[in-house]
Amino acid sequence: MKILVAVKRVVDYNVKVRCKTDGSDVDVANVKMSMNPFDEIAVEEAVRLKEAGKASEIVVASLGVKQCEETLRTALAMGADRAIHVETDTELQPLAVAKLLKALADKEQPQLVILGKQAIDDDANQTGQMLAALMNAPQGTFASKVELAGDKVNVTREIDGGLETVSLSLPAIVTTDLRLNEPRYVKLPNIMAAKKKPLDKTTPAELGVDAAPRLKTLKVAEPPVRKAGIKVASVAELVAKLKNEAKVI
Amino acid sequence: MSILVIAEHDNGSLKAATLNTVTAAQKIGGDIHVLVAGHNAAAAAQAAAQIAGVAKVLLADATHLGHQLAENVTPVVVELARGYSHVLAPATTHGKNLLPRVAALLDVAQISDVIAVESADTFVRPIYAGNVIATVQSSDAIKLMTVRTTAFDAAATGGSAAVENISAGSDAGKSSFVSQELTKSSRPELGAAKIIVSGGRALASSEQFHSVLEPLADKLGAAIGASRAAVDAGYAPNDYQVGQTGKIVAPQLYLAVGISGAIQHLAGMKDSKVIVAINKDEEAPIFQVADYGLVADLFTAVPELIAELNK
Repeated sequence: MKILVAVKRVVDYNVKVRCKTDGSDVDVANVKMSMNPFDEIAVEEAVRLKEAGKASEIVVASLGVKQCEETLRTALAMGADRAIHVETDTELQPLAVAKLLKALADKEQPQLVILGKQAIDDDANQTGQMLAALMNAPQGTFASKVELAGDKVNVTREIDGGLETVSLSLPAIVTTDLRLNEPRYVKLPNIMAAKKKPLDKTTPAELGVDAAPRLKTLKVAEPPVRKAGIKVASVAELVAKLKNEAKVI
Repeated sequence: MSILVIAEHDNGSLKAATLNTVTAAQKIGGDIHVLVAGHNAAAAAQAAAQIAGVAKVLLADATHLGHQLAENVTPVVVELARGYSHVLAPATTHGKNLLPRVAALLDVAQISDVIAVESADTFVRPIYAGNVIATVQSSDAIKLMTVRTTAFDAAATGGSAAVENISAGSDAGKSSFVSQELTKSSRPELGAAKIIVSGGRALASSEQFHSVLEPLADKLGAAIGASRAAVDAGYAPNDYQVGQTGKIVAPQLYLAVGISGAIQHLAGMKDSKVIVAINKDEEAPIFQVADYGLVADLFTAVPELIAELNK
């Protein structure tokens, strides 16, 4: 069984981003970039399925600027078998990403596609669901457990109020939540080995996809900063403040 | 303009998130219709009909919609959506699961987590864990968006809209419901609570997380939340998580107990009216957003706090 995993190159989760002074966009020049944390979980899950003998091949895809190659090499070092880079300098929004992944899925015919549930830059949480719609396939979003069972996959989902388990016919799309697994640390020999794994290139034009953005960002701004309040010296003072000053209890 | 709001419900009752979403629809302006898709969901539809400002409730009722699987609800929404200028759903796990699937089939973009409406085509949403606020404009014929419920007040009730039965489509046959494990609690829902007591890694065990925080939550009539660190460590169930990728909350009072205050956590609670932090590390980032900070060991401070509230 073949698994397709999509990975996004994003600003590292430890970086606090700033807006450009003209408010046109976020300033990502010279900041540390990493693989989206949810996508690392997606790669890890695919690798574990392969290690358990349930998957035969893992293809990893990334879409965007040239440096996405680095993200793909990381995924290869984690255990993916080969990579596809859809190279473009166009700003890619979730619908365009879903269309491009659909085009890749048409070629690769994976039985399972695993993606992160959201990217930590645009926080959209859309791509997996959109891809599932375009592939006319079922979706197991916000997964905390994935179990293959014959021609079906059982996915336990993190929902408001608890957990829900659904059974999906393959091919299916899974998007990862935080508790699905803990991604491995990549070891140096694996990084070296990953340099020899195949990395193919294509473009939105070659895939026949119009990747133009649909939403226009008019401006970005930093939110009003919440000011630090006061330190209270005792529990009694805290309760008095909450009762008499804040009037919330 | 006419706006379709997708109701959040469990067939028997309507969830509060629907009321906030109707308010967002009112800010856009136009006729507001509410879709209730479910099974034996007449009670939820009746509740939706009572929301002030709702002109009509559409009820799609069938066995295959009982668990509101995205594969089965999507065709119902797609069919309806072409008659509307806007389709709104709350940014809950249900809305987030469903709406992008609808958007892709309509070939339109989705605007996620809208926190303000500027005009009929321009909306405000947080990105980068709320560290940046973006204003975006959509040129699509139908605007699809999920609404951050904490950013809009609940719509009033007292309306009396008509309920109209609509076609429920058929079972897509690609997915089925297996089981559900809901956290049982007599406490208020996290998303709707006026007071939240939230615990972090400093609670140090699942046993202590519950034994220390529950009496305080009970005393205050509060919901219980948790930081990602506490959930990852297994001290609290996943649906307690407050933060960028968990629940976004904005209660009147947020009591952060033993939470250091990573930016991903702050993203989920910084719009709370009053924030209290109890932490023994006086350098903890949580104090930078707290209205009242108490530098103390939580294991002594929380029992003292309960005693003081009992006075």
